[in-house]
Amino acid sequence: MQKIQNNRAWWLVLPVFLLVAFSALIPLMTVVNYSVQDIFGPGQAFFVGTEWFKEVLGDERLQDSLIRQFMFSGAVLLIQIPLGIGVALMMPKSGIKGSLCLILIAIPLLIPWNVVGTIWQVFARGDIGLFGWGLNELGFDYNYTGDTVDAWLTVLLMDVWHWTPLVALLCYSGLRAIPEAFYQAAEIDRASQWAVFRYIQLPRLKSVLIIAVLLRFMDSFMIYTEPFVLTGGGPGSSTTFLSQTLTTMAIGQFDLGRASAFSLIYFLIVLLISWLFFTAITQDDKEK
Amino acid sequence: MAEIQLKSLAHSYSSKPSGPEDYAIRQLNHVWHKGGAYALLGPSGCGKSTMLNIISGLVQPSEGEVLFDGKRVNELSPRDRNIAQVFQFPVIYDSMTVFDNLAFPLKNNKVPKSRIKARVHEIAAVLEIEDKLYKKAKNLTADEKQKVSMGRGLVREDVSAILFDEPLTVIDPQLKWKLRRKLKQIHEQFDITMVYVTHDQLEASTFADKIAVMYGGQIVQFGTPTELFEQPNHTFVGYFIGSPGMNLIEVERYAAGVRFGSTQIALDTWQVELLKRLKSNNIKIGIRPEFIELSATASDDTYEVEILDMEDLGTYKIITVQLDQQEMKVRMNEEFEGAIGSRTHLSFPQQWLKLYVDEFLVQEQQ
Repeated sequence: MQKIQNNRAWWLVLPVFLLVAFSALIPLMTVVNYSVQDIFGPGQAFFVGTEWFKEVLGDERLQDSLIRQFMFSGAVLLIQIPLGIGVALMMPKSGIKGSLCLILIAIPLLIPWNVVGTIWQVFARGDIGLFGWGLNELGFDYNYTGDTVDAWLTVLLMDVWHWTPLVALLCYSGLRAIPEAFYQAAEIDRASQWAVFRYIQLPRLKSVLIIAVLLRFMDSFMIYTEPFVLTGGGPGSSTTFLSQTLTTMAIGQFDLGRASAFSLIYFLIVLLISWLFFTAITQDDKEK
Repeated sequence: MAEIQLKSLAHSYSSKPSGPEDYAIRQLNHVWHKGGAYALLGPSGCGKSTMLNIISGLVQPSEGEVLFDGKRVNELSPRDRNIAQVFQFPVIYDSMTVFDNLAFPLKNNKVPKSRIKARVHEIAAVLEIEDKLYKKAKNLTADEKQKVSMGRGLVREDVSAILFDEPLTVIDPQLKWKLRRKLKQIHEQFDITMVYVTHDQLEASTFADKIAVMYGGQIVQFGTPTELFEQPNHTFVGYFIGSPGMNLIEVERYAAGVRFGSTQIALDTWQVELLKRLKSNNIKIGIRPEFIELSATASDDTYEVEILDMEDLGTYKIITVQLDQQEMKVRMNEEFEGAIGSRTHLSFPQQWLKLYVDEFLVQEQQ
């Protein structure tokens, strides 16, 4: 049989190409489109080049909100990753107790995000919320709607409550995958508990921790619903994070050009940081 | 270094053992002497690894005692027993370098730095991994990893004993032989009690001075390789040691010896006397393929047999013959001539013909 030589097989890629185009490229291009033009209405668009980008980068409101965002994500990672590992280490290894623990720990993950916001909004109220009322009764002057620090703590606590279980579950699965022989060898080698953690558990948790850190970074960096419901971004704009600022700009003020430019920058920041982190961590594997 | 004694040891993995079949180890008494090189030989699932883990303390025996130099250590954890164990599959700390892996047990024992360095280099030299000392352990090949794993067992100088649980499984045959020699050398050099678990008789006999053969949760024989070959105490030892294993034939009594089919085999008088006194009908005779003689001519003590099969294994031949429906293997040298289907004459030299009652060897009482 004669072998047929042509490029028609490329047509087979078409369905995937179309799918990706409609799901990612075309929506993204719309944003790109808006970010380089000033559009007043149909047929009334003016090309403005990088003007929106310049304006956005110089906008103090956005800069503040970006700084807050980094602080928030940093705090989230610093608290949730060690806490998640700790919880996973303390969970029972198997049996009915293990299963029960898994279910209890997974519950916060099953609650819709705006419900989480609502729960904490009520829970932390000074008059009727158990948490807020309790703190006030104990003598703390706690009011998350009026005090910046209190508001921050409440948002952080809510996020820790909501998302630490994810880190814990990932770590738990990673820990269960370590063969018993490693613990036996460590016992024979007379390793201390710290050494077991440092040289057996932690290195073997690396791959799940990469996933956990990436997921928690991306999610916390894009957080919107929960603080919006809990504090509405206040008091003042002290808990207004990036996506809320962006939403206000795009929908509240209908400032589509600047909002688009800002969306792209936002997207690139997430992409860049995730990439940097991933490369830095996996670099180590390639070394001899 | 210590003498390790096992006293009426039994172990079951089930919490409520209902019968002997639930036991991985059944009523076992044994002593591993100080400074010996021993092999623990047996088929998979006979309880070898369980016994090793009981010695090291990774498993708590359900019954009986483990004594180190006469002191009960049942309640001590592996770290307090001060014992080294090498596992079947390499266990390494992959985030560390090879050096740190080898130094790890020493660091945990608070050995001074200069001593650690000297000792690690010494062991690395023995195992021939000196050039890899500063490599990350996870980038090693499987057999290098196993060497590191073994090195961690060998590096400590003060251990009570070193236990090896089929340590050469993942290593290719050529290196296997070399490493076994190495272990033997290390044993001679440092004079440490070593127990080596394996299911390979060759491995056992090249490594150990004495071999314990385990079967069904018991040690059925403990002896030198020669003893195991010439005087198998139990039918299992006969069958398991040697290649091919011992010919075992089920027989019944008759006045002057035993018989199967129409073949009668005369035995020594003491054997006949003993047989009369024993009630069991589980009687077998066993003879190693190496000790059966074949000859072209018939005589008084020969039996006529048919040659069923002949396998040429290069330096010797394995002949399968049939005597009264009973197949037997005979090992002959290269020069043996004979055709499949032809008939020849076989004899059992009296001294090599063993008698087994209830699977155990019947021996002459002194």
